Amino acid sequence: MTALRHTWQVALRYIRALLRQPAWVGISLTQPVIWLLLFGALFKRTADIPGFTGGSYIEFLTPGVVVMLAMSSAWVGMGFIEDINRGTMDRLLVSPIWRGALNLGSVAQSVLSLVIQSLIVIGLSLAVGAHFDNGIAGVAVLIGVAALLGAIFASLSNGIAVLARQRETLIGIVTMATLPLTFLSTALMQQSLLPGWIRWAAKFNPVNWAAEAGRSAAGPDADWGLIATRAGFLALLLLASAAFATRAFNAYQRSA
Amino acid sequence: MKAIEAANLRKTYPGGVRALDGLSLAVEAGTIFGLLGPNGAGKSTTVKILTTLSRPDSGEARVAGLDVIRNAERVRRSIGVVGQKHGLDPEATGRENLEMQAEIHGLTGAARRERVEQLLERFGLAEAAGRIAKTYSGGMQRRLDLALGLVHRPKVLFLDEPTTGLDPEARVELWREIERLAGEEEMTILLTTHYLEEADRLTSQLAIVDRGRIVAEGSPDELKRELRGDTVQVELLESTNGDASAALSQLAGVSELAIDGRLLRARVDNGAAAIPSLITALERAGLRVASATIARPSLDDVYLQYAGRSFQQADTNTKEVAA
Repeated sequence: MTALRHTWQVALRYIRALLRQPAWVGISLTQPVIWLLLFGALFKRTADIPGFTGGSYIEFLTPGVVVMLAMSSAWVGMGFIEDINRGTMDRLLVSPIWRGALNLGSVAQSVLSLVIQSLIVIGLSLAVGAHFDNGIAGVAVLIGVAALLGAIFASLSNGIAVLARQRETLIGIVTMATLPLTFLSTALMQQSLLPGWIRWAAKFNPVNWAAEAGRSAAGPDADWGLIATRAGFLALLLLASAAFATRAFNAYQRSA
Repeated sequence: MKAIEAANLRKTYPGGVRALDGLSLAVEAGTIFGLLGPNGAGKSTTVKILTTLSRPDSGEARVAGLDVIRNAERVRRSIGVVGQKHGLDPEATGRENLEMQAEIHGLTGAARRERVEQLLERFGLAEAAGRIAKTYSGGMQRRLDLALGLVHRPKVLFLDEPTTGLDPEARVELWREIERLAGEEEMTILLTTHYLEEADRLTSQLAIVDRGRIVAEGSPDELKRELRGDTVQVELLESTNGDASAALSQLAGVSELAIDGRLLRARVDNGAAAIPSLITALERAGLRVASATIARPSLDDVYLQYAGRSFQQADTNTKEVAA
């Protein structure tokens, strides 16, 4: 109970702060729309490539964009760095707050943003004629695996933030990691059309796990075995990254 | 009963900066204890260890009877901390800041509401309670910081340079509040400061910290009394050219003579007794005196005595190293 209450307090704090920035709200609501329409237009002809079996490209792309939105959670550690720099984190750390709540509250906020953004993308894609065969259940699973991926990125980001305590370090790591992770996956391109070595690398890429599982769930012939294993991998990785983020405070305490 | 005990704390930061070098202290419950020293002396590191934020490399510490390493969680329930930086959330209102702190300490529902309103009232923040904290003045933010540290009625309160960056008016106001807390609420307060005036006014017990260890300890008056004699300051009508030091060097009981233009400073055993002979000696040498004052030793003199350098000098040196 205490753990839950503390997590909610931390989440509430971040959610409130974000809602008070109209620019942030506006940008987060428009960004998914821009991505979907831009990528949809840029890669439209992909659907004409021989061997492409994903139906219309927008149908294929939608789960990919949802997964890419989840990767934006990699930036939440910036909030931690700000908290550390201005002393808010120290005040929380000298209080009897449950340590796990610091990361999980921030994760909860980023997952909530992600769910709202995903619903916008899916709604828009339905509006331009996409069709998701498994209905609400399929879409819910898609959003669920994206949420797992988002929570992983958010936890890793928070852990790195606590260890590095430097904006520049976090910016560097996130910038360096996100683009390759996107392109070493099926987020934008069907698996059978990927070069062999990328197909191989994608097997180890959590972004690809989420893309595969999400797309399968939303698409015509859902492979529930594949979805379950990929979601399982993601859940395990989430446990590890959440533990990492919380344990990072021990290192912080040693060097503080 | 001791509210805070620390024995032989040592801490070296990664990179080899030695912050604490065997620091020990004991604070009697219900008193205001001051840690005085220049920047970089080890005051903040001591507070971080005592408040469970940092771990010492070796040594032990107990706060409110609890070991800060083995019982960190329970220590956190017993202490209030107002850090050097603002701990408040600038994007939340004053009320929201207090509500969150109350929830963390297990105050919910009506109990939370009551305590939050009480603190807002008491710290003069009731009117601004609905405003985002970043719009507060420096003094208001400090008061909110203090209120945040008091939500759960801690037994021991840590104030790390609480008045740094405040204007003189806000500083005096905060001093009154701190005195009130110690007096009415019987709280034990550990205060770090690098303002001599602040230590002199607020603390009943004082430790001077230099280079990671305590070099002197006692009440401000005791520390000053340990210094032999008074400081005499004489202002001449014209600036002297060596005549003065020649004239005074023959007087018994005068030491540490310093001359700066028309100003003479010297230490004497007894100020009142020394002044007439001092003036006579100067006038005999043809130097006319404009004024003469006696000063009891200040904490700055105490600091000079124990740390071997003047307070401001130590402070500037540390800043240069830090830069």
